[in-house]
Amino acid sequence: MRQKLGKGVSRMLDLRDKLVLALGERDGIPAPALRACIEGAGGQVIYEVTQCFV
Amino acid sequence: MRPPIRPVVRAAQFVLAHVPDLVCSGSKPRRELRREGPGLREKIRAHLRPFDAAVAYAPHQVMIGNLSPEALWDRPRPWHTDPVAGASTEGPGGCLVDQSTFYAWLARADSARLVTFSEGFAAALAPALSGFGVRTAAPPALEAAVAAGAEPLYVEGERLAGVFAPGHEDDASLTGAVLLENAAAKVTGALALRRLLGRGGEPVDFLLGCGEEAVGDRYQRGGGNLAKAMGELAGVRGAGGADVKAFCAGPLHALIMAGALVQSGLYRRVVVVAGGSLAKIGMKVLGHLSAGYPVLEDVLAGVAIDVVLDDGASPWLRLDTATTLRLGDGDAPHQVATALTAAPLRRLGLRLSDVDRFAVELHNPDITEPAGSGDVPANNYRIIAALAVQAGEIGRDGMAGFARARGLPGFAPTQGHIASAVPYLPHALAGLTAGALRRVQLVAKGSLFLGRMTTMGDGASILLERNGGG
Repeated sequence: MRQKLGKGVSRMLDLRDKLVLALGERDGIPAPALRACIEGAGGQVIYEVTQCFV
Repeated sequence: MRPPIRPVVRAAQFVLAHVPDLVCSGSKPRRELRREGPGLREKIRAHLRPFDAAVAYAPHQVMIGNLSPEALWDRPRPWHTDPVAGASTEGPGGCLVDQSTFYAWLARADSARLVTFSEGFAAALAPALSGFGVRTAAPPALEAAVAAGAEPLYVEGERLAGVFAPGHEDDASLTGAVLLENAAAKVTGALALRRLLGRGGEPVDFLLGCGEEAVGDRYQRGGGNLAKAMGELAGVRGAGGADVKAFCAGPLHALIMAGALVQSGLYRRVVVVAGGSLAKIGMKVLGHLSAGYPVLEDVLAGVAIDVVLDDGASPWLRLDTATTLRLGDGDAPHQVATALTAAPLRRLGLRLSDVDRFAVELHNPDITEPAGSGDVPANNYRIIAALAVQAGEIGRDGMAGFARARGLPGFAPTQGHIASAVPYLPHALAGLTAGALRRVQLVAKGSLFLGRMTTMGDGASILLERNGGG
């Protein structure tokens, strides 16, 4: 999974064996989509929620 | 061979009820006041705006059709700093009503006789009540009722003007606060319905409610069918009704169903109706106080949409583009946008560039940005523009222009289902008849996950097309 560090700068984020709290937003990235990315990168989602601010 | 029966959207009307003294009854202010105490109430009261300021507020003038949404692009922000000179409470798309009018209609809507006003306030309301009798009591009796659990109704900040008593002493679904919330929806939906029906037309066959309130009691908390109660209050006779519940996507689901009911030949005239959300009043109040804004979430909004058989003039409701997000569809933003915008257009051999305007969730960014929630319409248009890049319709450097030309600035109050695409309808109908628009796509999303019964979202979309074809 790629982590953006600044404009035009990013690095690969190693999520293998990491426990992740997935806080999603409906108009951004919802939690199920976050889960798919995190599990694809080897991480484990232990809590997920999607917020809607409107 | 008979041409297909096409339903059309003939009209849409909005009513905005300005209720500054109900800001503290919204869900967020209510919770924050419990935490922060009377000091916060003073701060909120100091930032409430009078009725004439709400009338002159440019986004409200857009809601009732006196200003085009596109006119907001060139007005300085925040928009409350640039009031509209000579603004009217009446417009081709609806009207604004003041708090006294709202309270008078609350009394008319009180079929269970649970609302009591002070004698002085009832006398002041007399012109708006037009002879309708209300229950009255002296101030000490009202204060005692509040101490016993009735919901207070204030005017001018601190003056106790009345109470909404609970409907049962042991039913959490019938507390005064819940009943006020439901009655606020009933009133604003009925006012929009009255306004729509005042334009004439054949008898209504069916009313489809689509608000997010929950009307019921402890055994059936969401029993619903507020549509029929709204119809009764609006003086409708001879129509059936039911509610469609789908969070913010409710109005578009209801519009699709209304069109299908008319196309099937079962009904000739179906009105989609919804009232405002008292729970969402003052939702972003802390952000507004920090930014030094007036409290911008001080209006309840009701809507009524007229769906009838093809009259040869009104825009077609293209049911062959009607789309809802299905179980198993992905919920990443680009998947949702593709399913709701590009995919149904492709079925007709159309591209995104063949749509003149996309109406998405049109939340006013002056309301959402101070609270850190960003510009919701702009975010949605960015994704649609990205799909146009992916489809090869525009280059990457054309995204901003695409969003500006085919998108809209947000102008709707943050009233949930009310803000979902439908605020553009009065403008869309004008543009698709007297104006130059050919096609408008209405796109809505629903946050089903908020009810904790699923992690899914939802969405619905449909195309409006100039009568006779784009």
